[in-house]
Parts: sequence; C-alpha cells; structure tokens
Amino acid sequence: MPDLLDRETRTALRVDGDERLARAELRRQIGRLEMQLGSLVSDAFPRLRLDTGVAAISNEPRALDLGDLEAVRDSLATRIGAAQRQLQEQAELETRNRELLERMLASPAEYKWLRIARADVGEPGCGHWHSRPRLGPLGMLMGWWRVRVSSGCPLSGRLAAVER
Amino acid sequence: MSTGAANSDLGWEPSSRPGWVAPHVAAEFPGLGISWIEVDGRPGRSPEPVERRLSETSNRFYGAHAIHMRERPIPWAYRVFFRQIGLDPDRTRTPVEQLALDRLQDGGFKTRGLPADALTIATVETGIALRAFDAERLAGSLCIRDSAPGESLDGRPGELSHGTLVIADERAPAGLLFGATGENREVGRGTRRIAIAAVQVDGVPQIAIDEALWIVAATLEAA
Repeated sequence: MPDLLDRETRTALRVDGDERLARAELRRQIGRLEMQLGSLVSDAFPRLRLDTGVAAISNEPRALDLGDLEAVRDSLATRIGAAQRQLQEQAELETRNRELLERMLASPAEYKWLRIARADVGEPGCGHWHSRPRLGPLGMLMGWWRVRVSSGCPLSGRLAAVER
Repeated sequence: MSTGAANSDLGWEPSSRPGWVAPHVAAEFPGLGISWIEVDGRPGRSPEPVERRLSETSNRFYGAHAIHMRERPIPWAYRVFFRQIGLDPDRTRTPVEQLALDRLQDGGFKTRGLPADALTIATVETGIALRAFDAERLAGSLCIRDSAPGESLDGRPGELSHGTLVIADERAPAGLLFGATGENREVGRGTRRIAIAAVQVDGVPQIAIDEALWIVAATLEAA
C-alpha cells in the first residue's frame, strides 16, 4: 500500500501552491454555477425545459487539471447565460400573452376565435380562454361574442355514468 | 441476517468503518471520504416487507421531487462533484438522480432483489451514493485513490487510464468511483457477506452517511 500512497501521480495533482489554489477556486465556482443552474431549472419548470448538459471532460472519473476545470466552469457559465436568455424570452412572451388576454376579455369581438392556453400565459394546467360567439351562427351574425373559459384538463378515465 | 460479531455490543446496529483517501486525492478534494459496513447476507428476492417499503418509498416520491432535487444540498453536492471529476451528471447520473429518473419512467421503484432494494431505499431516503461489494472478495480496508499505471478492473478490457479515480481495497481497484464494479467484486450468487460502501463528497454531512448505512443494514436485517 505505501507504494500507492507515495508513487508519482499525474502532474496536475502534484503541482502545488498557486495552481492548487486556482483549482480549488475553480471547483468553488463550479459549485456556485451548478447551484444557479439548478435554480433556473426549478424556476423554468414546468413551462420550459432547459438544456443543462455540459459535455463531459472524461468518460471516467478523474481529478481535472486547471484547463479542464476552466472548460467546465466556462461551459456552465455559457449554459446559465443561455438558460437566462431562454427564461427572459419566455417571460416576455407570457407578458405579451397576458396583455393580449386582458384585451380579449375586455372586447371579445375584436379577437374572434382567438384561443389562449393557460400555458401561453405561464400558468399550470391545461385550460384555455376562447373567444366564441354566443348562440353559435346567430351570435356570429349579431356580433354577440364572449370569452369562454375551458373547464380544465380532460379526465384521465371515462365518467362512471358512461359505463351505466 | 446479522451484522456479525463486530457489532455484537450494539445488537444488529451497524458501526461504519471509515476508509481512507489517498493524500494527494484528499488534498484535491477536501471532504471526499468513504465509509462502509459489512453485513451477513445473500443476494436474492426481496421479502415482502422490503418490497412493501420500496413501494411506499415510490408513493412518496413525485415528479416535482425529481425536478427540485438538484437544489437540495446532498444531491447538489454529488452533482458538483461529478462536474469536478469530469463527468456530466446529466449523462452519467448521480445515483439518486438515476433512481429518480427510473421512478418517473417505470412509475415506481422496481424491485431488483437484495441488496439492490436496500440500497435503493437508503439512497432515495438520504441522497447518499452507495455501493455493494462481495465482502469476502475484498482485501483489507476500502479506499479512494487514483489508478496506478497498468491497473485494470476485473472483467473490463484494457487498462484503466492513468489517474482514474477508483474505489480500491488493499490489493487492487474494486470499482470505478461512481461507475462499474469489478466483475469479481460484485455481489453474486456465491456472496455470503456484503460490504456496503458510502461515498462522501464535500458538502455531505457524516450523519447522512451514517443514516444511509444504517438504513441499508436495518433493511437487510429485516429481510
């Protein structure tokens, strides 16, 4: 066993001083970035699925040298930047959709047949708002438009009454 | 099953043994450690109480758990460590995340017999990465170190690339750290005594390691 403890190892592990400190600092940064990425994934769920993959440096576990750690840190930072942009774009889209929904609710006749899903405004569930004519064709002719709110997600099974 | 004479003063309760980490590896990864226990036991089908507990564990685990898992301290610590050792945890999953994914895909934690079910229960409950070895095929204390030139893993073609982090006994590598286990070190039909090892990384408290090992021992004890 002593030979395994004392033998020469990869140069990356044997470099002391500043480089070791630099590697420790990079590992700390990787930890912080990973936490940030995790928060973004949680924030985005279930509206958006973020890609958090960062190419593996190795197929097998090993202590990374300074260059490899920098590559991981930079890839994570790039991922976080992309995820923040995606979330920002999604938030802007949802804001625009919410404003559109407000206008549609205020004057349904100006937004004939427009349908806005809950997901479009960043809300959970599978309901939607739909601008439709009251009383079908008669309402179309008379200009009686209203917004119907769907009752939500379809049932997963048939109703008991259907079986009877 | 019992945990053997070593723990006779504690009844069946396990007392985990700390392994060692090669000094140059420990210097790179403060907080890295390995602890293990040995339990008398044979692999086989899980008895009904263990299957029931696995099922209850499934029922308490929802999709939202999986999504928010990476924000919890212990799963996050393993994810970070995976990044630090060059693995992508979205491709090579951490043990608890792999179980979460299996749970979502299969609709429950499928029984895989003992000791795998005991490890599943303990990992899901605590988030700790656990490994099982055939204790009778291990020589001396377990450790984490980097591989030496010319070393290989039983049943795996070729040599390990120099510097690969492995779990080893005093003779040779028994498995990759978070990866394959050497063919002759796995729990198999002939196993009569099982070594359960918990890998600790920076940010994972010792109490969680002890709890994970305790859950495995208690589950095997109940079998």
